[in-house]
Amino acid sequence: MNAPHQIARKLRVATTSLSGCFGCHMSLLDIDERLLELAHLVEFDRSPITDIKHCGPCDIGLVEGGVCNAENVHVLRELRENCKVLVALGACAVNGGLPAQRNNLDINQCLSQVYRNADGVVQVPNDPELPLLLDKVYPINEIVRVDYFLPGCPPSGDTIWKFLTDLLTGRTPRIEHPLLKFD
Amino acid sequence: MSDYNTSGFDSANMFSIDGRRIPFKPGQTILQAALEAGVYIPHLCHHPDLKPHGSCKLCTVTVNGRNGSACTARALPGLEVENDTPALNDRRRVLLQMLFVEGDHFCPGCEKSGNCQLQALAYDLEMVAPHFRHFFPKRTVDASHPDIWLDLNRCIMCELCVRASRDIDGKNVFMLAGRGANSQVVVNSPTGLLKDSALTADDAAAQICPVGAILHKRVGYSVPIGQRQFDDATIGHQVEYLARRHIPIKPVAVDAPKMPEKEGV
Repeated sequence: MNAPHQIARKLRVATTSLSGCFGCHMSLLDIDERLLELAHLVEFDRSPITDIKHCGPCDIGLVEGGVCNAENVHVLRELRENCKVLVALGACAVNGGLPAQRNNLDINQCLSQVYRNADGVVQVPNDPELPLLLDKVYPINEIVRVDYFLPGCPPSGDTIWKFLTDLLTGRTPRIEHPLLKFD
Repeated sequence: MSDYNTSGFDSANMFSIDGRRIPFKPGQTILQAALEAGVYIPHLCHHPDLKPHGSCKLCTVTVNGRNGSACTARALPGLEVENDTPALNDRRRVLLQMLFVEGDHFCPGCEKSGNCQLQALAYDLEMVAPHFRHFFPKRTVDASHPDIWLDLNRCIMCELCVRASRDIDGKNVFMLAGRGANSQVVVNSPTGLLKDSALTADDAAAQICPVGAILHKRVGYSVPIGQRQFDDATIGHQVEYLARRHIPIKPVAVDAPKMPEKEGV
């Protein structure tokens, strides 16, 4: 008896934004009509596109943003546990990016400056639901193991497309000038 | 440099880099001869107007089987130099990564981005991540000078400003002080601030910084993305381009000629 024709399983991709601005997700959308081509190759798990809150077993995890609070650590570890390949997407995930510029400042001083009202009274929000801030903003490879890095603020749509198509078709992803940009 | 014998090439004055024959004038270093011939050896602390320093070690090449800095090693007849090899480029990438984590090199927030030699080298050597744990140092930012600002968080301690101020400007505005991880550039003025020093905006020391540590005020982001020095062509390609046209190679010059995107070698 002939085995039924097996349809190739679509690769599952999860994306998340930690302490990022969603610019890298915008850049992912910026691959424009190639999104349809991408949709033939992958299906999305946890992502702002699907609004799924927790990550299931996935092939590729794309992480945007650095790690600035306790929730970011949980989300990042969940992605690492569930994804075969974890990708640091954009400058913040790669080196902390602009949020990491607070690393030179005292966090208490930061909060009291930001939450000081016109009368000079400081009211820092204090709710159990608010995730605890870390002392610094960390690149994601200082918290979990990362397989690939894609720098840029954000990486351009073309860069993301080149990287994803390399990865999805089994080539070693290679980003070189002029697609390799740190800004 | 002025103290070099420039009596012209002798037929015996040839050595090889990666199998390519390179002519040199007696007294030239390997790096000077290579740049003149259009062969790019990555470097940060070298500048054609200044004496060799040998501090960044990016230009490390293998000379007759032994490693040495191309900016300090003299070119000699018959040398066999390896430059563009995976092993040497790996080491250069590690050096770059260490430079990136030791300072605050956040390219999206830096005015020098696109014109920065450290960034250009990272592109050239395809460095995608700093790899090591970041120092996130807390160093001084001196904005006291009316025309120049000094951000030591971006300093890579190549000492180009120190040497330019001493040897070209004759002012001795900058000096390196401290030891190890506490080394930093200090300013020669009664208060230690730039505003009380002899530095002026047209000094060579104010132009020469290869990264965003010494910047001119009120010119930030004046050149749009896409038109900056290293946007179209890699730094290695630009050196080849300049050498072919016998244009003096000064990769950090702000008025460097614009490179075309595609140019046959």
